[in-house]
Amino acid sequence: MDPRTTVINERLRRTGRIIAVSSGKGGVGKSLVATTLALALAQKGCKVGLFDLDFTSPSTHLILGVKDVQPKEDKGIIPPVVKGLAYMSLIHFSGDQAAPLRGADVSNALIELLAVTQWGELDFLVLDMPPGIGDAVLDLVRLVKRIEFLIVTTPSRLAFETVKKQVRLLQDLKVPIIGVVENMKMNQAENIAQETAKLGLKFLAGIPYDAQVEDAIGDVTKLHDTTIAKRIRKVAATNITQ
Amino acid sequence: MHEWALAEAVITAAQQIAEKEKLKEIKEVNIKIGELQQVERDIFRFALSQLKPAGFKNATFHISTAKTTLNCRVCEHTWLFSENKLDEDTAEAIHFVPEVAHVYIKCPKCGSPDFEISEGRGVWLENIKGVR
Repeated sequence: MDPRTTVINERLRRTGRIIAVSSGKGGVGKSLVATTLALALAQKGCKVGLFDLDFTSPSTHLILGVKDVQPKEDKGIIPPVVKGLAYMSLIHFSGDQAAPLRGADVSNALIELLAVTQWGELDFLVLDMPPGIGDAVLDLVRLVKRIEFLIVTTPSRLAFETVKKQVRLLQDLKVPIIGVVENMKMNQAENIAQETAKLGLKFLAGIPYDAQVEDAIGDVTKLHDTTIAKRIRKVAATNITQ
Repeated sequence: MHEWALAEAVITAAQQIAEKEKLKEIKEVNIKIGELQQVERDIFRFALSQLKPAGFKNATFHISTAKTTLNCRVCEHTWLFSENKLDEDTAEAIHFVPEVAHVYIKCPKCGSPDFEISEGRGVWLENIKGVR
């Protein structure tokens, strides 16, 4: 028997809400939404953890400008604090090198980190998910009892069609979905908001494409002034902490 | 120490099995540790002794080590983890998350990081024995 799965919910016992920022498609801005959401919640005075679960293509460390931090070891692994967030990522162990992991390896690494990370007391744990509905989504739904999802899409039908599949899966699994964020909007079209309503979900925000974001990567002060950060702060205030 | 978290997982899992099998007193807990995770046995054993609940008071913890075998998926070469010479930082990274072996270890024959950890990954609870 794999003993690790038995302690996962104990490790998360003192964590309030656990929010997985997810999408059926890659490149829609999940990591930016997850990072700005975690920062927005921390700005409101909440204790927040950010866990980058995109093991093969992590990027929250680049957004936050993480440098020279390491977890501590004390009856488990204690995440370092980065920009006010308890921050966990595979990069603490893999550095900048590629992590070529197959599905079973992703599952094993995920279970390991969930079993040994000592998050302590948190109001929110934000999870930056890998794209799709593969091992990480299925493992988290199976292992983390109180998980809820926040879905990110772009206006592209290619993105939204995969989101629909993901939503159906989560609804079948009876997993709560906070709502849908539409990122990188190029115009005022409301079709994603309408389609979201048809799925029975809340449309949380339509965020215009912001060319300034690239310049804010690695600089949290600049990031706070971006449109995405401002809109996500509003989402946090009206849909998550209220 | 990270071994405490693993020991806690073993105790919790063993308690769950004891409850399911209605065992009142546990006599034996058999654990296998994969060489890849490089668990410090003394710390792990001490943690088990400190964490064990009342029903496990007289239990003996048997800990065996499984050699880690790696199989290359590209050229099908098989080799032992112990043949790799790792520096301290790399060994520590693999100790925390054994899957990062794919970051640091390559097939000695073809250089591919696409290998399977076929045996001896981490901590495994084999079985428990007790009385009802």
